[in-house]
Amino acid sequence: MAGEGTSTTTVNTLDRREVVARILEQRGNALLVAGLGSPCWDAAAAGDDPRNFYVWGAMGGAAMIGLGLALAQPSRRVLVITGDGEMLMGLGSLATIAVQRPANLSVVVIDNEHYGETGMQATHTHSGVDLAGMAAAAGFPYTAIVDEEDALDSLIPGLYLNNAPTLAAVKVAARSHPTVLPPRDGTYLKNRFQEAVLGTTAFE
Amino acid sequence: MGNHDIKSEIAWPADIFRVLKDTDIRQAAYVPDAGHSRLIELCQADEQIRAVPLTTEEEGVAQLAGAWLGGERGVLLMQSSGAGNCINMLAMVRECRFPLLMLITMRGEWGEFNPWQVPMGQNIVRILESVGVIVHRVDDSSRLAETVNAAARLAFGTSRAVAVVISQRIIGFKDWNTVRQEH
Repeated sequence: MAGEGTSTTTVNTLDRREVVARILEQRGNALLVAGLGSPCWDAAAAGDDPRNFYVWGAMGGAAMIGLGLALAQPSRRVLVITGDGEMLMGLGSLATIAVQRPANLSVVVIDNEHYGETGMQATHTHSGVDLAGMAAAAGFPYTAIVDEEDALDSLIPGLYLNNAPTLAAVKVAARSHPTVLPPRDGTYLKNRFQEAVLGTTAFE
Repeated sequence: MGNHDIKSEIAWPADIFRVLKDTDIRQAAYVPDAGHSRLIELCQADEQIRAVPLTTEEEGVAQLAGAWLGGERGVLLMQSSGAGNCINMLAMVRECRFPLLMLITMRGEWGEFNPWQVPMGQNIVRILESVGVIVHRVDDSSRLAETVNAAARLAFGTSRAVAVVISQRIIGFKDWNTVRQEH
């Protein structure tokens, strides 16, 4: 699925803000877990929503939060949008998710090949580590590397429709954007998410 | 081996399991431990509980946070060494006040033979407490079910992380030591 088209350069040109905005435009009633750092700012820039759970810490945990949520809400689509550094810290979770095989969980790695919050040091993906390949090897039936517009367009519907675990590494430019801060109080984020998903009965 | 009550050794995993069912636990995340083996089997066999094997324990902390976001209660089963893997993930639990029920079988204390288990085994209670986890320690198997019940009520009733630490004295060390002593 990756790279069919005209791109012949190794310089990634997709803009992360536009990628995340385009993915979330089509979310419908999907639930979102955003991994720490830029994916949180990207999701907030696309429009804050009570169905967004922004993970301000817990590095390496975003995909597993997604798994627990997907198992608890099998009738809802769960989308995890996280960074390459965050995903690299939780590689074992790819195996754990693949074994559970949730039908409603998709993971999008916004892969700029750098640690954007700490000085743009290169991550392992910059040296060729292939997160989509690792997910496929773990047993994810749907994986993709996306590095241009047309492939992104064809990727998005499957994020919401595929009936088995999906992981897409979307290669984006290592470019900084203005930080857009979502709410950051953990209990507030948790409570408003639960109210949006479960109603006020969650607090009885 | 110690003077264990064999009957209670057999009974306590089923006692805990009944409490988990009464608590409406739906996700049981675990890294295998010999002391939890029977309880894991009971969770795997239950149609209402999703038993989720992990590659490392902190995955379970994150998973059960997600479960709670989606309205389900879970339990995390692990041994004391694995609890050490969870510390940064537990910071999220504290900051968000997620309820979290953990059942931790101890190594590195009563009759331990493996010196590498001792540093975590001897310190995990204070480490957990230092990151905001409430710890209930149990040395007597007859107290286990009531303690797990109390821990579950505390965890889910007040949105706190609660760990039941199950002494190595309850689990017994025959599984490891009698084998070793024969060599």
